[in-house]
Amino acid sequence: MTDMTLPKTAARTADEAAAAKRARMDLISAVVRYSLLFGVGFLMLYPLIWLVGASFKTNSEIFAGAGFLPESPTLEGYVQGWQTSTPYTFGRFFWNSFLIILPKVIGTAISCTMVAYAFARFEFPFKKILFGSVIAVLLLPNVVTRIPQYILFRDLGWLDSFLPLWVPSALAGDAFFVFMLVQFLRSLPTDMEEAARVDGANSLQTLIFIVVPMLGPALVSVCLFQFMWTMNDFLGPLIYISSVDKYPVSLALKLSIDTTEAFEWNRILAMSVLTITPALVVFFAAQRYFIEGISAGGRKG
Amino acid sequence: MRSQRFLGYAYLAPYLIGLVIFTAIPFLTSLYLSFTSYDLMSSPQWTGLSNYERLFTRDRTFDKSLTVTLVYVFSTVPLKLAFALFIAAILNYKLKFINFFRTAFYVPSILGGSIAIAVLWRYLFSAEGLVNMAIASIGFTPVDWFGDPTNALFTITLLRCWQFGSAMVIFLAALQSIDKSLYEAASIDGAGKVTTFFFVTLPLLTPVIFFNLVMQMVQAFQEFNGPYIITQGGPLKSTYLLPLYIYEEAFKKFNMGYASAIAWVLFAIIMVLTLVAFWSSKKWVYYAGDKRS
Repeated sequence: MTDMTLPKTAARTADEAAAAKRARMDLISAVVRYSLLFGVGFLMLYPLIWLVGASFKTNSEIFAGAGFLPESPTLEGYVQGWQTSTPYTFGRFFWNSFLIILPKVIGTAISCTMVAYAFARFEFPFKKILFGSVIAVLLLPNVVTRIPQYILFRDLGWLDSFLPLWVPSALAGDAFFVFMLVQFLRSLPTDMEEAARVDGANSLQTLIFIVVPMLGPALVSVCLFQFMWTMNDFLGPLIYISSVDKYPVSLALKLSIDTTEAFEWNRILAMSVLTITPALVVFFAAQRYFIEGISAGGRKG
Repeated sequence: MRSQRFLGYAYLAPYLIGLVIFTAIPFLTSLYLSFTSYDLMSSPQWTGLSNYERLFTRDRTFDKSLTVTLVYVFSTVPLKLAFALFIAAILNYKLKFINFFRTAFYVPSILGGSIAIAVLWRYLFSAEGLVNMAIASIGFTPVDWFGDPTNALFTITLLRCWQFGSAMVIFLAALQSIDKSLYEAASIDGAGKVTTFFFVTLPLLTPVIFFNLVMQMVQAFQEFNGPYIITQGGPLKSTYLLPLYIYEEAFKKFNMGYASAIAWVLFAIIMVLTLVAFWSSKKWVYYAGDKRS
């Protein structure tokens, strides 16, 4: 109300002053926000940048300074690290990782799609209880089933093979993916499927030719996550794989720490860089699917 | 609809087989084993409650390990979630480069579980490592991260907080789905930014806070790679988390019965806390604005 009684010019300058103040506040808060984000981003990424730089340093240089640029870049760490202290090169361990990952990802994609299709498109007795069991498995800590699983795989003669790593996943054992696909399928319209059925397609044909193409992006997320998790998995191979010639990269890296760390830091760092490279490449090639997948998982709290 | 019923189960078959063979039977078997003495050579010997009696009355390693685990979980999970929410709230402003930041913050989550990052952590926090160099350069005395029992666990907490990205992405997605008219209404009513955050934003976020809380807690209780690679459980068992203890009892000493008993105690703790979270969620999780539920 006081504005009304003021002369016009004074009112305008007061308005302008308020606007200027608001602009200044906005600027300050933007500066604070951006510097905070850049600061946190730097802290997040610097260890990784340093890791890559240090892998090209000589052993004596690694602990000499905090900079990441090597003074006299050398490939020594990569060349010697690749040879390992075992009869095999790191190439062998990457191949083993690939042999574990590929069947596991395929098995996961097929089995989880089937199971999600059943939950999202069919009515059957005990459906609610069974879907509840998916949530229960999702939350069940693996630690409580690990010992009997080990005993089971030993009795089956599967120890020191990749079967304990493949088979549970091929039977839709990763409940997170089932849950994710069910959520996604439920949000899709069913009219295409009904049209296909009217045209005489059976349920399997509908699944393969209508549902799977529509599931596309969600299925890509499933495969990418499974790839990432399997690449990083350490405890599974640690328990089940005992011969060095079957080691995946995670175990091989642990082995090289145990055998060479006292002096040969750059070998360890170089091999660390190599083991995270596939995951990084896949992530940057397809990050949209990761962000969407993780957001979709959390949406239904 | 008889054929439909049959078909549903046909597509469900892989899951049902897996559920019985790899989850249900092992779950019950491990409960049984926890009452036995079993070294994998001879068949399990029933010993009644003696494993549990030893755990709770005579096993000082277990006491230590349980304490360390609880300290770890109750420090890591709140820190990580608070940090994730804080960053998500900042990113939620109309900022340029939001995708760049979201990616930068998410990368550690992609890699964090890997052995390579645990290895990197040993270098970062070693006596002459990067962290101590940074501390020394701003004039403080370097810290003995791995030699001092009071510090070692904190390095693992930091590793897991570094991976706040996936929780942050979930928070950010929830923040972006909040109806903008609610903010306008709050601002017309004269609410400031802080008030709006605590009385409008936070209540609407409770479903995802709940989701993140439960998932992160279940995960934190099973932390293995960090202590196994970075600190080997030491010094003085100050990072000897229960999963590490279970692993060594089961797969190094082959005390399958005793290891199962520890696993069941860990499971009971996780289950009770999860149930408390679900039960209490009725009081603090706000679903009214959520049309999906």
